[in-house]
Amino acid sequence: MSVANRPSNRPLSPHLQVYRLPFLAILSILHRATGIALSVGALYLATWVMYAAASPKAYALFQSFNGSIAGRIVLGGWLFSAFFHLFNGIRHLFWDAGYGFELKDADRSGWIVVAVALVCTAAAWFVGLRLV
Amino acid sequence: MSDFRSPLSRARGLGSAKSGVHHWWIQRLTAIALIPLVVWFAISLVMLSGADYAVVRAWIGSPLVMVLLILTIGIGLHHGQLGLQVVWEDYTDGGLRVVMIVLTKFIAVVFGLGAIVAIMRIGFGG
Repeated sequence: MSVANRPSNRPLSPHLQVYRLPFLAILSILHRATGIALSVGALYLATWVMYAAASPKAYALFQSFNGSIAGRIVLGGWLFSAFFHLFNGIRHLFWDAGYGFELKDADRSGWIVVAVALVCTAAAWFVGLRLV
Repeated sequence: MSDFRSPLSRARGLGSAKSGVHHWWIQRLTAIALIPLVVWFAISLVMLSGADYAVVRAWIGSPLVMVLLILTIGIGLHHGQLGLQVVWEDYTDGGLRVVMIVLTKFIAVVFGLGAIVAIMRIGFGG
């Protein structure tokens, strides 16, 4: 069969660049992305206690970065990553135990994870900011 | 289904990677441990925001916090390097993969040990 008269309605395998990712696929890649971010965040956390151990001057330097706009963005991203990865990780552990695999359940638990992560991030952000 | 493995290999259950489900299982164990630790740390962080140097040091240096903080950072870094190893395995190969995995593990150990020394120095007044 030549290319010209090939049936046009044959199914094509999804291609990443032209394929709209389903909700569950977005959550999956977001889990990995936030995991990578949190790995760097763990280094940041380790750096925080090292600065605290060093001297008041060193700690003030660290704190001044946290207070800057770039620092705020990093901290906000860290908070959301932590909450999303935490709740989505619990969702993964339920899957590992064999629960919640139905598409309907996975969709619903996914939305719950996103909602709870956003609420917790906002709560931590505003309570934290108010105290600063 | 035909199985071409020897009876010994089947009994060991370690598969082609020679480590069985060890990586998978430790990733889950550390994940479970991190659930209460991260919740505790998030609440602490919110309560600590705005605290000055002395307050933060007093908090880090109290015995319970020392233990929980070392667990959080240590287990967190361990969980992180296990996850990053899979990321490198998925997206790189050959020499680059080996170099990045080794580098990831080294960085995790160095920062983990640095954090533990720092926490102990604060707690024991070095």
